[in-house]
Amino acid sequence: MTLDTVIPARVLVTKIGLDGHDRGSRIVAAYLRDAGMEVIYTDPWQKLEAVVALALQEDVDVIGISSLATDHLLVPKLMKALDEAGLGHIRVIVGGIVPAEEEADLLKAGVSRVFHPGSGREEIVEAVAKLAVDAADDRTDD
Amino acid sequence: MKQATPEMPALARRLINGETAALARAISVVERDTPQAIEILRAIRPHLGQAIVVGFTGPPGAGKSTLVNAYVAELRRRGKTVGIVAVDPSSPITGGAVLGDRIRMAEHTLDEGVFIRSLASRGALGGLSASAAQVADLMDAADRDVVILETVGTGQSEVEMATIADVRVVIAAPGLGDDVQAIKAGILEIADVLVVNKADQPLASQTRRQLNAMLGLRATAEHPVPVLSTDAINRVGVADLADAVTVVADRRDRQTDRSALAGRTRHLLAQAVSKAAEAHVMNSRSEKVEDILHAVQDARLGLTDAAKQILGGILGYNANEQ
Ligand code: B12
Ligand SMILES: Nc1nc2c(ncn2[C@@H]2O[C@H](COP(=O)(O)OP(=O)(O)OP(=O)(O)O)[C@@H](O)[C@H]2O)c(=O)[nH]1
Ligand SMILES: [Mg+2]
Repeated sequence: MTLDTVIPARVLVTKIGLDGHDRGSRIVAAYLRDAGMEVIYTDPWQKLEAVVALALQEDVDVIGISSLATDHLLVPKLMKALDEAGLGHIRVIVGGIVPAEEEADLLKAGVSRVFHPGSGREEIVEAVAKLAVDAADDRTDD
Repeated sequence: MKQATPEMPALARRLINGETAALARAISVVERDTPQAIEILRAIRPHLGQAIVVGFTGPPGAGKSTLVNAYVAELRRRGKTVGIVAVDPSSPITGGAVLGDRIRMAEHTLDEGVFIRSLASRGALGGLSASAAQVADLMDAADRDVVILETVGTGQSEVEMATIADVRVVIAAPGLGDDVQAIKAGILEIADVLVVNKADQPLASQTRRQLNAMLGLRATAEHPVPVLSTDAINRVGVADLADAVTVVADRRDRQTDRSALAGRTRHLLAQAVSKAAEAHVMNSRSEKVEDILHAVQDARLGLTDAAKQILGGILGYNANEQ
């Protein structure tokens, strides 16, 4: 007799900078929860160091940053901080209002994907589930 | 300083040496219940028993997370390092969860002396997750002075927390439905310290009176259970809470309670057996199980007898033999 323990993906859904639009991040957190994932949800206005500490302590597979203003411009800095903390395996996605040229910069900085207003539940869930598997495959310490 | 021996699993060694990332990772491994998990748990055994494990339980919205946040601030003022295991319910249907306890503890996110881990209950009853005890052990081995468990707010008898925690804090609050009714029978019995939180609310003193009256009916207690008042938001009464926890913990230390440890292991084992048996019945298509299933369906066999037959089949002995 075997006991198969399937562990749900763990995802941090958060917001950085000064932007307080949190409807998108709340909805996305609910999408992911309803798809069977474990979501660590925070208030907006997180510092980058806080996002790194949260991701480390909670051992998440994916970080989702919601940005309706300009705070996604901080994400390349976040990518660097994650790398320095030994968390390079974590996949980072951004959702919200991101102009095309800024999206290109984010992808260049290592962001896995950018979601725009109107993104559907299925599209989001499917992408996060796949990225969580990729992140788990890339772990180096066990 | 603790010494890690070289033949240990690397993760265990790094954890004992105080590396935060290793603690975070080891918790995930233990949650997965893999063979590596057992190696880590074995390796840390000599390093256990340093931490005081304090459980916080009480009905939903009583202010457990807010009070834990204030209590942790007090512990930090007293120079203690802290690990927090915060359990929130998984959806019984999808298995998913939004883990929100730590939102109320955000002021400690950047403090290296505080490590917070959110766990989903993953179907476990009793307010904790199946691996919560082991996660608490990992934090103990990682040199946390105080390990705090926040249960899912059920307000029902939190037997599990009772077996894991050294000190059990039960939190009530005014204005939660029928006041003290929210604290169900069974939960008062496990309390070492009772707290009426939201002392700033008008009905708090009434709640306190009701609790005292209920405690008065329980004359059996060896040590009287203190009933404290706190306002977790304004941090009133929190130092008294910390003192009360210390008093209980000191009492426990002197007992060095071996039988309690064995009791806890027995409880964890019982849980694991029922989980394994459930998986067996749900997934097995063996003839034997199907026969028993049909016998129950046709009312030829009672549920209890059927369960004993199935357990007998799995374990290869007669479950009637105690
Ligand atoms: C509702 C709203 C508000 C509400 C916010 C309520 C709240 N708690 O969220 C209120 C009225 C408070 C508000 C205030 C302001 N707002 Co406003 N607001 C909007 C509005 C109309 C809709 C946003 C919304 O909730 N959409 C619904 C959600 C569900 O969609 P969403 O966030 O886009 O999320 C979807 C996707 O983007 C994606 N997604 C989003 N996040 C994530 C994260 C992950 C991980 C993933 C996978 C996907 C994902 O998936 C979601 C589902 O499809 C937008 C205009 C617009 N059309 O977007 C302006 C808008 C965002 N606001 C704007 C502005 C300027 C402001 C104010 C500065 C106005 C002011 N001068 O006071 C303030 C600032 C508030 C603050 N503190 O930051 C501007 C921003 C301009 C910019 N990008 O440069 C916008 C674009 C309006 C505009 N055209 O000018 N606002
Ligand atoms: N007035 C008042 N409100 C409080 C106090 N403590 C907590 N609250 C509020 O009560 C609500 C619930 O607090 P939490 O700390 O999330 O309660 P909880 O018991 O952890 O809730 P669950 O984990 O969901 O069961 C929040 O809105 C808090 O701000 C207090 O002492 N006084
Ligand atoms: Mg809580």
